[in-house]
Amino acid sequence: MIFADILSATVLFAVPLLLVALGGMFSERSGIVNIALEGIMIVGALCSCLYLRYTDDAGFGANAPQLHMLIAILIAGASGILFSMLLAFASIKLKADQTIGGTALNMLAPALAVVVTWAAQGQAQTTILIPKWIRMTQESLGMAQGTDFLSRLLFKSLYLTAPVAFLLLIAATVFLYKTKTGLRLRACGEHPQAADSVGINVYRMRYLGVAISGFLGGIGGLAFTVAAGSGFQSTVAGYGFLALAVMIFGNWKPLNILGASLFFALFKIIGSYAGSIPFLPQFDTVKSAEYIYLMLPYIVTMIVLILTSKKSRAPKAEGIPYDKSSR
Amino acid sequence: MKKPHPRFSQGITSLMASLLSVAIGLLVGLALLYVLNASHALTGFGKILTTGLATSEKLAKVLYQASPLMLCGLSVAFAFKTGLFNIGATGQYTMGAFCALSAAIALQLPWYVALLFAMVGGAILGAIPGICKALFNVNEVITSIMFNWITMYAVNLSINNMPMMLTNYWAKSSIKDRTAPLLDANPAAVLPKGGLDTLMNSNYINIGIFIAVIAAVIIWLVLQKTVFGYELKACGYNRHASQYAGINAKRNIILSMVIAGALSGLGGGVYYLSGTGQYTLIKALLGMGFNGIPVALLASSNPIGVILSSLFVSYIQVGGDALQPHFIKENIDIIIAAIIYLSAFALLMKGWIAKLFLRNSLENANAEIALETRLEAGNENAAVKKGEQA
Repeated sequence: MIFADILSATVLFAVPLLLVALGGMFSERSGIVNIALEGIMIVGALCSCLYLRYTDDAGFGANAPQLHMLIAILIAGASGILFSMLLAFASIKLKADQTIGGTALNMLAPALAVVVTWAAQGQAQTTILIPKWIRMTQESLGMAQGTDFLSRLLFKSLYLTAPVAFLLLIAATVFLYKTKTGLRLRACGEHPQAADSVGINVYRMRYLGVAISGFLGGIGGLAFTVAAGSGFQSTVAGYGFLALAVMIFGNWKPLNILGASLFFALFKIIGSYAGSIPFLPQFDTVKSAEYIYLMLPYIVTMIVLILTSKKSRAPKAEGIPYDKSSR
Repeated sequence: MKKPHPRFSQGITSLMASLLSVAIGLLVGLALLYVLNASHALTGFGKILTTGLATSEKLAKVLYQASPLMLCGLSVAFAFKTGLFNIGATGQYTMGAFCALSAAIALQLPWYVALLFAMVGGAILGAIPGICKALFNVNEVITSIMFNWITMYAVNLSINNMPMMLTNYWAKSSIKDRTAPLLDANPAAVLPKGGLDTLMNSNYINIGIFIAVIAAVIIWLVLQKTVFGYELKACGYNRHASQYAGINAKRNIILSMVIAGALSGLGGGVYYLSGTGQYTLIKALLGMGFNGIPVALLASSNPIGVILSSLFVSYIQVGGDALQPHFIKENIDIIIAAIIYLSAFALLMKGWIAKLFLRNSLENANAEIALETRLEAGNENAAVKKGEQA
């Protein structure tokens, strides 16, 4: 039974990583290094959690939970797009340093979230509680409550964000590899001058790339908040940066990113479940041995990155502002 | 014709661009305060601007917070000069704090040895992303992020397994989640006050600010006046070109990260050896290292600029603490973020400033460029003619 729990928790935490890393991939594939993912996640989570809170307070949310969850997801995505446009404007239109713009947004978002949380909920309120009804249970889907392995695996912690993420993954893969726009977007990240010379609007493609990353990043923020479970506290605990690592680990490719996010989430969950997994060493002589397991996902990722670094290939033109007049 | 020194006028323009960003950022802050609580907006804004200088005690607080901030800012700025983004300053800072406190409490060493420990600890941690970047081509941003978390957990694990380090070892206390106060454990490890405490009537102030300023000057000298500094900057501008010119880029990347790590580590040492702060076992990364990033960016990675920008950030943070209860202090973070965002437009602003203030010198420069182009064109024409003749 514990394995069902572990797998279900793995998926729960892999979803935000997957979404945000996919977002980062679109931005970088178009040539913009998006270090602001952390901030975008926070803004997406803030806006969508405020909406969920509002529907719950007004009393009509629980009537159609999944509909409101879907609206919340769209709000998260839309607010993510709006916020990411700050980065796009600075780095595309004004040709500013992308790291600087991203860092500023990462600083802005949590501070803004704290201020808005206070303004919306009154003084000393640091958490936006999210309603319980957003979880998809078997009853809510009209099925009988099961206790077998499969229902525990699927319904222990199922939120609408997981199926949405799955659909978005498929859409992202198809868009990036099977459409004309996807091909153009990739060209702008590899060799914008060449793309421009065949009539592709590099600036527009880069705006598109950043906007997609804002959309996915914002939804990822909501997905993180439902996974963390204790409401929105103006933070996403460094998941935006972890998603950057997952993106590099996944070699800027959608399916590899899926694998990388599941891998990372699995090790993270093993870390927090370590005490109850029978065959893992327990280090009884060491105090607070849980820290050893908490370090595990980061160490494993480092090792894998070093081993696979020979094959790792970033988009060639990422981080360089495109100037039409330069050669 | 009097001609301004090119680097001088460039420095002035970037300083003015930074000041312009600061001014606009503060106005954004004022507007924000109006939106949140109009009746207290002006008094609040006045507090942000004046609290830091209101009493000598507040000024001492500004200097006390500025010293670790300055060192972390230097660390980020130094790595920027080599084209590396040291987002791992917070991990190196934590490591420095841990090494300094272990030296001070567990090994009972005096403060200057503890500071040395802090630097070595930070340097070792800084070396890791450098080595991964130079030898395995792993992006230093990712390595740094991973090691921020690894360090935090490793430090918590170590402190929990070193009973001497904790508060309850030295005094009857049930506090188990933070390190022992230095005054109980080893008074010789507390940074000397140098008489500043009586002068400024504050417990916080110590010689840390001098250490930070000296470090900034040394870094400036290294970057501006040594071959090593020149090589580092060359790697930052174009790694491949510098390699072609015979510079060992790999060595320089590693060394640059080692020095950056040592600076952040020193920052951790300076903060936690002040005797006023205890390291608390935490589950989130420390903010000080991250705040080094805006400090470095605001200073355009200039070490002397870092002195000013860290003092400024610390100043308005102390002002922000005085905002309560009408506003929360996170408003200050919004102001700083706005300033950094604006400073990303440095190029654009430098253009404006050049147009507004330096029109004369700019025209001179343009005239010179035009002259040079004409001369070059003339030479080319001559060469073409020569070719035709041949």
